Amino acid sequence: MATTHEVDPNRYYVPHSSPWPIFGSVALFVLAAGAALTLEQTTLGPYVLGLGFLLLFVLFFGWFRNVVDENQAGMYNAAVDRSFRMGMMWFIFSEVMFFAAFFGALFYARQFSLPWLSGEGAKAVTNVLLWPGFEAAWPSNGPADLGPRDDGSFETIPAFGLPAFNTLLLLTSGVTITIAHHALRAGKRAQLSLFLAATWILGFIFLGVQIYEYHYAYTDLGLTLGTGIYGSTFFMLTGFHGFHVMVGAIMLLVIWLRVVKGHFSPERHFAFEATAWYWHFVDVVWLILFVFVYWL
Amino acid sequence: MANTSTHVAHDADHDHKPHGLKRWLFTTNHKDIGTMYLVFALLMFFVGGAMALVIRLELFSPGVQFVDPGFYNQMLTMHALIMIFGAVMPAFVGLANWMIPLQIGAPDMALPRMNNFSFWILPFAFTLLMATLFLPGGGPAGGWTMYPPLSLQGGDSFALMIFAIHLMGASSIMGAINVIVTIMNMRAPGMTLLKLPLFCWTWLITAYLLIAVMPVLAGAVTMLLTDHFLLTSFFNPAGGGDPVMFQHIFWFFGHPEVYILILPAFGIVSEIIPTFSRKPLFGYDAMVYATASIAFLSFVVWAHHMFTVGMPLAGQLFFMLSTMLIAVPTGVKVFNWTTTMWRGSLSFEPPMLFAIAFLFLFTIGGFSGLMLAIAPADFQYHDTYFVVAHFHYVLVPGAVFAIMAGVYYWLPKWTGHMYDMKLAKWHFWLSTISVNVLFFPQHFLGLAGMPRRIVDYNTQFTDWNVVSSIGGFVFGFSQLLFVWIIWKSARSGAKATAEVWDAQPSGLEWTVPSPAPYHTFDKAPEVR
Repeated sequence: MATTHEVDPNRYYVPHSSPWPIFGSVALFVLAAGAALTLEQTTLGPYVLGLGFLLLFVLFFGWFRNVVDENQAGMYNAAVDRSFRMGMMWFIFSEVMFFAAFFGALFYARQFSLPWLSGEGAKAVTNVLLWPGFEAAWPSNGPADLGPRDDGSFETIPAFGLPAFNTLLLLTSGVTITIAHHALRAGKRAQLSLFLAATWILGFIFLGVQIYEYHYAYTDLGLTLGTGIYGSTFFMLTGFHGFHVMVGAIMLLVIWLRVVKGHFSPERHFAFEATAWYWHFVDVVWLILFVFVYWL
Repeated sequence: MANTSTHVAHDADHDHKPHGLKRWLFTTNHKDIGTMYLVFALLMFFVGGAMALVIRLELFSPGVQFVDPGFYNQMLTMHALIMIFGAVMPAFVGLANWMIPLQIGAPDMALPRMNNFSFWILPFAFTLLMATLFLPGGGPAGGWTMYPPLSLQGGDSFALMIFAIHLMGASSIMGAINVIVTIMNMRAPGMTLLKLPLFCWTWLITAYLLIAVMPVLAGAVTMLLTDHFLLTSFFNPAGGGDPVMFQHIFWFFGHPEVYILILPAFGIVSEIIPTFSRKPLFGYDAMVYATASIAFLSFVVWAHHMFTVGMPLAGQLFFMLSTMLIAVPTGVKVFNWTTTMWRGSLSFEPPMLFAIAFLFLFTIGGFSGLMLAIAPADFQYHDTYFVVAHFHYVLVPGAVFAIMAGVYYWLPKWTGHMYDMKLAKWHFWLSTISVNVLFFPQHFLGLAGMPRRIVDYNTQFTDWNVVSSIGGFVFGFSQLLFVWIIWKSARSGAKATAEVWDAQPSGLEWTVPSPAPYHTFDKAPEVR
């Protein structure tokens, strides 16, 4: 497969046929059906879901290996490279909008729902009739004090403890990947490999800290997904962010393995850059999270 | 290695294509994928149409006679989801797949494998969605807008509906990325942005809208999912959330979505009217800027869908005025199309007939939209048949007619055969008359106070419902002609020339033979 041939700068590479798209559609179908069956608590559910994840793994492995092989064989000219770049940028933009929906929910709850529930503006009747005596404050688990504790109380995670440490981890990883990028462009492979490894290791440490924090919140703080609007926004925002960190860290790991195998040249290294962009995106989302979810 | 390159060259020269099922499953060819999208959309058009006929049958007379109210609610929910996500959007993507590479002189879409991925997700997503009809409790019945708390009370269908929407969203985002990258990166040398055919322009802007709002829909339905299964309180006031918040997030997606459903239609009509007027499009630049303005404004008008839900006065004023502002760029478009026809040497081939019907009937829908934009008046119209009439005018003789116009315009380019013009004109007149019989009376019903989404109605509404149902059945069955015409053109018919139309249409797609070879523009053409 990996024979080299000259890139024809005038010919845009169009693959002839590929089994991966239809395979991927089946994988997503099984995954979605499995997730639905699991949520409906059928016995079959988790098995179908597991199969879905397995198929998804095969999909990514197979499809990306296919693309990496084609790339190593020199089949992509500059125009193809540009397509990949644009595609990745717009994919990241779509992710930004996904997070925007959840940040929107957070701001809406803080700016509108809670004040209105406590009778602000034209909504005084809501307060008097439905939730007499409720006064909005943040953090809040709502007028019914939802949550696992009998007395309806819960505690939050202070920003300047573990979350601040996590901020430091991610910011540092942003620096290490930039150093790795400069090393790649200067052809310093050992430095590249070292700083890239540091980046994904920092990513996984971040994830470990998040898991610890979740465990702590669930067991000691009375802070769960069911802890009213604070719990909802906290876990959905940090949860989706954590998921993206996981994806990003796996991407970093994969390109690190490719670096070890000798892939990427100082001029051409789209996969590296795409991963770096993704990592910075995850980083920026975290900073917004840190400010609006943990701190303010 | 020399082997591979000669093989590639051979493929390009001899129009070689794989055969059998594998061709369609594994294809990376924009024409194959475009065809699959269009066939899928047509199929869904009939499935969703059959559901509409169930609705019209039940509403033929007052009382509940044919279906039980629960099933009626499922039909109206599924009709909307299928028509929006299964028929109109995939039809536009199909046209984009076929025509964008041909119009910009590109060898294919920029990301061909992802292109096939975004298509093949759809049949699976709709399998999930439609499977819910066979579950105990049936399909989703809370309306396509999925407002909580009603939608949260859905039965077994709930999770499947949510995941089906996730898949449709993923498909749309991938399709949109492909369109943007293709147009921004694959244009033939010399084709500057302001030489881009308008169909490409409108699709480019649509694609930006899709990437911006489909993830928001994904977020909204994910919150529904966690509220239902994982105890979150996004839409639960007891926990500090608010069901109205869902409406805000949903319509932040939903309003750009309605422009996603109409902007490509504007593009198609902007291609057809100049051709059959034998004049260049009047005000090309203005058309581009108007499209962009509409897209921009679409992000700041969403709450006009929810005037009656309760919002501060300042909010009502803002959303009312911003909505009315959209009439300005839309007016620019309508006047430009009209001015293009002014003193043109008109001829009335089927695509032109549909385009002209679009121009008139879409404008009616636009005007009723302006009426609905007026907040105090909307308090009366909200959730009545007036709203149903309004959005069906912009969607059926709007979006759907434009799609049909596009199909009649480019069909000979795809099949290599002319189609039966006489039959197509029959299709046009039957559709155009019946669609008005179907939807125009709904304005009267709405103004008289008939609520939407209810299986039964007061006897005073009977007459116009009878008229509307008759129109509905005539319209529905007329569409069988459309299938027959396409089928016949695919099999036989007079050979089409490269230019297809006597009117000498402009654009790169008319420089390749008809049918367009499997691979086109392997070498980019020069554009002056």
